[in-house]
Amino acid sequence: MAGLRGIKDATAIVGIGQTPFAKRLGEDEKTLACRAVLAALDDAGIAPGEVDALASFTMEETDEVELAKAVGLGDLTFFSKVGYGGGGSCATVAHLAAAIASGQATVGVAWRSRKRGSGPRPWTNTTVQLPTPAQWTRPFGLLRPADEIAMLTRRYMHEYGATRDHLFNVALACRNRANQNPAAVMYDRPLTREMYMTSRWISEPLCLFDNCLETDGALACVVVSSERARDCRRTPVYVHSAAQGLPAQHHGMVNYWNDDPLTGPAWTAARHLWKHADLTPEDVDVAQIYDAFTALIPLSLEGYGFCGRGEGGAFTEQGALEIGGRLPINTGGGGLSEAYVHGFNLITEGVKQLRGTSTAQVPGAATCLVTAGEGVPTSALLLTNRS
Amino acid sequence: MLRPATDTDGAPFWEYAARGELRVQACADCGEPRFPPRPCCPHCQSFASEWRPTSGRGRIWSYVVPHPPLLPDYAAQAPYNVVVVELDDAPRVRMVGNVVSGAGAPLDSLPPDRIRIGARVQAVFADGLPQWVLERP
Ligand SMILES: [Zn+2]
Repeated sequence: MAGLRGIKDATAIVGIGQTPFAKRLGEDEKTLACRAVLAALDDAGIAPGEVDALASFTMEETDEVELAKAVGLGDLTFFSKVGYGGGGSCATVAHLAAAIASGQATVGVAWRSRKRGSGPRPWTNTTVQLPTPAQWTRPFGLLRPADEIAMLTRRYMHEYGATRDHLFNVALACRNRANQNPAAVMYDRPLTREMYMTSRWISEPLCLFDNCLETDGALACVVVSSERARDCRRTPVYVHSAAQGLPAQHHGMVNYWNDDPLTGPAWTAARHLWKHADLTPEDVDVAQIYDAFTALIPLSLEGYGFCGRGEGGAFTEQGALEIGGRLPINTGGGGLSEAYVHGFNLITEGVKQLRGTSTAQVPGAATCLVTAGEGVPTSALLLTNRS
Repeated sequence: MLRPATDTDGAPFWEYAARGELRVQACADCGEPRFPPRPCCPHCQSFASEWRPTSGRGRIWSYVVPHPPLLPDYAAQAPYNVVVVELDDAPRVRMVGNVVSGAGAPLDSLPPDRIRIGARVQAVFADGLPQWVLERP
């Protein structure tokens, strides 16, 4: 690293915006994207004409041209899209941070707009199945993301003695936070252990409540240099460290074909994240951990170094994930109970915690880990409110 | 039912399967097996490969039991099992498949509670697809 300034604390998130979240919203994805981006710029106090960088997901349907001309962005000098669905969420901010820190741009916007609630389920489209790896899995009825992750979950439970109660602890923590968050889809719907244990199966060993919501909604955030952030109207939330992770011989959602399928992209992203940080897992006050499925939480807790190999299930015991616990997670309700928008709501919730404005505020929170999807090529951010 | 949407790398596997053979791709230079098939060897970077016969024996590494909503042909057989089988001949080669009561039997022909991680299975073939039967039914 000698001679390289790197991106540590060089940039900050200074604006966040979101639409309502619902099973069905009337407006289309492009309109929702415009609303979220304009809300984030308004929050930052930055005019659309000042934006010169964009970042989103390869799965985002609204492209840069459409968004930029609709909301009146300036001349763009950096635009980037990240692949692998929910694995790309934190990387959108990481790409903007790298671009701004290296002088390629000055004001960046990252966004995600998706009508996953009222739109089609991607796995029902059999004409776009990729030859690899789907030819090895789909003919045998391993059809959905839930089936693919359930396979790793069963093996994880078998090897380490994790139980359905551990998965319930994850679902409950997310639901309890959603019950505090009026914007959450599950705001007025409490969850009990009885409901969880008697719910219908989706793919054994995963039940209904182990699966994320299907949501319409859009979110965005604004990234600028830390120097400029100090003049913005909100408390700057600094990008202290950022990482992407694609481990050697990793296979994506069906990571069954290497020496150690139960270590995934989180481990790779974590090594880079902590190597470039002045902080350790013990310094994290609150975490927003990608939760398309409950089982991704124990895996991520291990990968990001909050506990040892195989200890992720036990880590969830005694209210560890609740407010006041060892590591409060997904304090807006997460993908399981607030909204599933490919993890972008985890980024904005991390910002709210470090501004002190979360609906489930962790007192004095100064450091927040945000992660993208484990089980696919992933990314992560370590955010702080101290530079 | 979905048929394999194959590609250049995967086609030989399905051609052997159509003849009732379970073969895996291996490096013709360093000998390392690899799955799924790919153009070159990640260990020695050789582009020379061969399709090595296997005994078709293995053990269940993990399994799931899908319930609807599923594609219609699969929903009609749900709940059914999907297993990952670790091959005796190449432990890192793990095949996704179904344990059935006999070659050509439907996906739901074996009660899911008969499936155990570690159970020994043997490959059988029907309609060009490998299936698995328990060695000790
Ligand atoms: Zn080789």
